[in-house]
Amino acid sequence: MPRLSIWLIRAALIYLLLGFTFGALILIQKGTNLFPATWQLLPLHIEFLLFGWTLQLIMGTAFWILPRFMQEPKRGNQSSMGMAFGLLNVGLVLVVGSVVLPEISGLFFLGRLAEFAGVGAFVLNAWPRVKPFGH
Amino acid sequence: MPPVTRWFIRTSLVCFIAALLIGTLLAARGPLQLLAFFNTLTPLFFHLFMVGFVAQLIFGMVFWMFPKASKAHPRGSERLAWLTYGCLNVGLLLRVIAEPAHATAPHPGWGWLLVVSALLQWSAGIFFVLNTWNRVKER
Repeated sequence: MPRLSIWLIRAALIYLLLGFTFGALILIQKGTNLFPATWQLLPLHIEFLLFGWTLQLIMGTAFWILPRFMQEPKRGNQSSMGMAFGLLNVGLVLVVGSVVLPEISGLFFLGRLAEFAGVGAFVLNAWPRVKPFGH
Repeated sequence: MPPVTRWFIRTSLVCFIAALLIGTLLAARGPLQLLAFFNTLTPLFFHLFMVGFVAQLIFGMVFWMFPKASKAHPRGSERLAWLTYGCLNVGLLLRVIAEPAHATAPHPGWGWLLVVSALLQWSAGIFFVLNTWNRVKER
């Protein structure tokens, strides 16, 4: 497994833990109605599990497992994949910032923009690798 | 494919069908004037899809395909994988039973079942990460 995949997948596992923890707190609130403020975690619960866990795991696994090229760099453009990792995670942090600091306008938009750019960088790497083995 | 992976993947397919069945019922609410009970099923639709189908399919595939942890225990702890499977699915099943019941006729009993469901699913996440972390490595 290449190093960038290790970073992406380990980050995905951390987001899985965070997302499941927030989800469990929200479900406990649903059952007991003891901590109504827990509902404020709902956008982060969704963000962490959709983008932080599922999307990031798919990106890391695809970089590892898609067909490689015959010549170096065998997994295509490494720097675009590094950008994908960086931008996606900066985007996630900015979206968290938009929930924690709602008075700062534009954080949510910037976060989504960074996530979008991260996905674009991932597609740049993955597109040419969607090919028959050995080519 | 190891036995626990087969259980993960088959159960994920059952959840997939259940989620889409609920999704279809939700889509039919308006035209068919279904009971108000069906309004309580939206969270179940999302969680059967994303936890029961997507996450469970990933859990099973990861246990099967990720790099080997060691020669002695290539897939990490089989027991921990079964524990993950059990906690995730018992937790989901409790949610399927208790969430619509609690929303329709609130009762502390249903509420505490939701707490147990939350703790079981959370534990499944912890067990999965514990078993997977050391397998995320260069071969």
